[in-house]
Amino acid sequence: MTTSITMPQLGETVLEGTIIRWLKQVGDTVAADEPLFEISTDKVDTEIPSPAAGTLSAILVPEGETVSVGTELATIDDGARGAGDTASDAGATSDAGTTAAVTTTPPGADGSKPPTTDGTGTTRSAGTAPRRVPVSTPARGGPRSSILSPIVRKMAAEHGVNLGKVTGSGAGGRITKGDIEAYLASEPPAATAPKLRVVSPADGAREEIVPVSHIRKRIAEHMHESVQTSARAWSMVDVDLENVALLREREKQAFRDREGAALTYMPFVARAVCEALLEYPQVNAELRGDDLVLHRYVNLGIAVAYAEGLIVPVIADADSMNLVGLARAIGDIASRARAKQLSPDEVHGATFTITNPGPFGSIMSVPIINQPNTAILSLDAVEKRPVVVDDAIAIRHRVYLSMSWDHRVIDGALASRFLARVKASLETWDFAEDLGR
Amino acid sequence: MAKAAVDAGAAGHGAEPRGKRTPQGEATYLVAIAEGLWEEMERDPSVYCLGEDIGVYGGAFKVTEGFIERFGSERIMDTPICEETIMGMSVGSAMAGMRPVAEVQYADFIANGFDELINVAGKYHYRTGVPLPMVVRGPSGGGVRASNFHSQNPEPWFAHSPGFKVMCPAFPSDAKGLLKSAIRDDNPCIFFEHKWIYRRIKEAVPDDPDFLVPIGKAKVRREGTDCTIISYGAMVHLALEAAEDLAADGISAEVVDLRTVTPLDAETVMTSVAKTSRALIVYESHRFLGIGAEVAAQIAEDAFEHLDAPVMRLAPPNVPVPFSPPLEDAFLPQVPDIAAAARSLVGW
Repeated sequence: MTTSITMPQLGETVLEGTIIRWLKQVGDTVAADEPLFEISTDKVDTEIPSPAAGTLSAILVPEGETVSVGTELATIDDGARGAGDTASDAGATSDAGTTAAVTTTPPGADGSKPPTTDGTGTTRSAGTAPRRVPVSTPARGGPRSSILSPIVRKMAAEHGVNLGKVTGSGAGGRITKGDIEAYLASEPPAATAPKLRVVSPADGAREEIVPVSHIRKRIAEHMHESVQTSARAWSMVDVDLENVALLREREKQAFRDREGAALTYMPFVARAVCEALLEYPQVNAELRGDDLVLHRYVNLGIAVAYAEGLIVPVIADADSMNLVGLARAIGDIASRARAKQLSPDEVHGATFTITNPGPFGSIMSVPIINQPNTAILSLDAVEKRPVVVDDAIAIRHRVYLSMSWDHRVIDGALASRFLARVKASLETWDFAEDLGR
Repeated sequence: MAKAAVDAGAAGHGAEPRGKRTPQGEATYLVAIAEGLWEEMERDPSVYCLGEDIGVYGGAFKVTEGFIERFGSERIMDTPICEETIMGMSVGSAMAGMRPVAEVQYADFIANGFDELINVAGKYHYRTGVPLPMVVRGPSGGGVRASNFHSQNPEPWFAHSPGFKVMCPAFPSDAKGLLKSAIRDDNPCIFFEHKWIYRRIKEAVPDDPDFLVPIGKAKVRREGTDCTIISYGAMVHLALEAAEDLAADGISAEVVDLRTVTPLDAETVMTSVAKTSRALIVYESHRFLGIGAEVAAQIAEDAFEHLDAPVMRLAPPNVPVPFSPPLEDAFLPQVPDIAAAARSLVGW
């Protein structure tokens, strides 16, 4: 009879393991509980004992290979003729194989690679520590729903609680001791009808049921997916916009007369950002599989709030525009976004995104990255603030420029250098030239 | 004899400390300590006190006020300003059959007598098989704006080194009962009196001259179900106040007062943690290798299967106790800090 050895699950969050070393070779005799192989997971490296005695008849996964939990790794033949042998010998006997246990296969099957199991537990695990009590897997309920504290494990094992049925009320959806107690208290005694969950109707006077709009659902998907995908980190610089503010004050009437629109801070920041992105293309990059795509152009996404939610129209080739061009482009896409007149092509292909919660009063933000970008910059409210200038306290127009960035792609040093570049540009450039002055 | 003075309700020099109780019969922590000391000196003529200014002056904090008139200068002995001498004399006289009770004016100064304590007192019984009954008393702890030479918590030094029993009571009755137990104990005992508690906390204290609090027994000061706050000394009072605040938010915190830090009453700690599954240790000795570090380690080792959240600690950082009042307040755990830590523990 043959025993199948599978990749054991060494923790709720461990999904795969790497075979470091086989401690036995094909043909070797193995005793039960004798170390058989070493594995490495993202949590631990450990030796795995053999669940059965016999001869190692096949190694199906070589050293160095990483496979998912439940994958068949090897087989051990105990030399006895099991019920399955009859099936092998008889071949055509239609009902012969039905007596074989799920953990065994006829020795005749050794030559061909048996189908791998799906890790649902029907295959006997090679096992870990002998004292470990099997605990069911919790349902995916939140980022921390897979954390099981010692007391939760103990109670679940003692009472045979299926954790998939317990809702975690702890931080991040963690199942707490109290949740198990509440679950046990709510469990009906055996042999009675299952209790129906009573859903109270909405209180029409004080609650309103509003269907979630399509756009809201899409935003939810995108935001959640981004947080799941990126390794988000955050940096911020405090920028002196005094020169920009003075110029803006001086030019805004003429600009309005000529362009028919207000001269905001956005195009100034966009201009400085585009220049810095060409200088630091990693910030203007996309992680695509094993490759990093560095864009040598800037398609600038601008987050625009409108009644139903948020949309990010894109200014193509923003790096080729001067201040006035950017001001026009931003005004154009923002007004068309609010009027829902954007074409689908205009909301794709951003290489970097700027969001602008400043007009709503926010002074610093931690935005979520617009995938597949590497970073998103937030322009918050420009305020007059007391600052130290040349050892004197002065009143200056200041703004916090904050950036969420993907630590998979860049590091803090680069993010900071990028932001320092934007800051330096905004503080030192003479934008008057761009305005034709 | 002092009895007459007590009967007359007198206080001050020559008077038994019980005469200093409040009209309602409550004793402050300081008076309770004086009572315990006085009773043991009356009970056993081999008990004597030595220290700086404990005689004529009555002690820097007036714990031994009136003692010299009652017991004389041979049993209430003023010493030079030299802790090494005080400890050496204590060790020597204990070897000769006396039961010395040495006072260090501030617990911080015990460091001057460190060698006599660590290398001699703590190891004498082990080396010779002969017990060494001595007690060292000292006012410890911060919160009284006394800066870093007068505010430390040296209990981990002696808890770490073998051979000592270390007590840090939080309440007057415990202080009295533990001091009496320490004086009757045949081993070197380090008795830290928290100076912040001295005149702040008072309660009815037992009169029985044989009232003793067992060394090495913690006490559950407040019952609770959601988390256990383990503490000792002044921090017990802050923890109890925090527990009251938490109760207003529906969080039921149990407060365990260790009373003795060595030997540690692990049984009471583990029983409580097994009940609440969450442990917060609040201690005034420095966070790194402080008393709470050991308590946390023991919980992790022995109550792991009962835990529903990581063991948490709240303690001052490993820097000297600041003199500046705002800095000292920031340095020491405060009631809102304890409540916030307990909330995050319960919300983990």
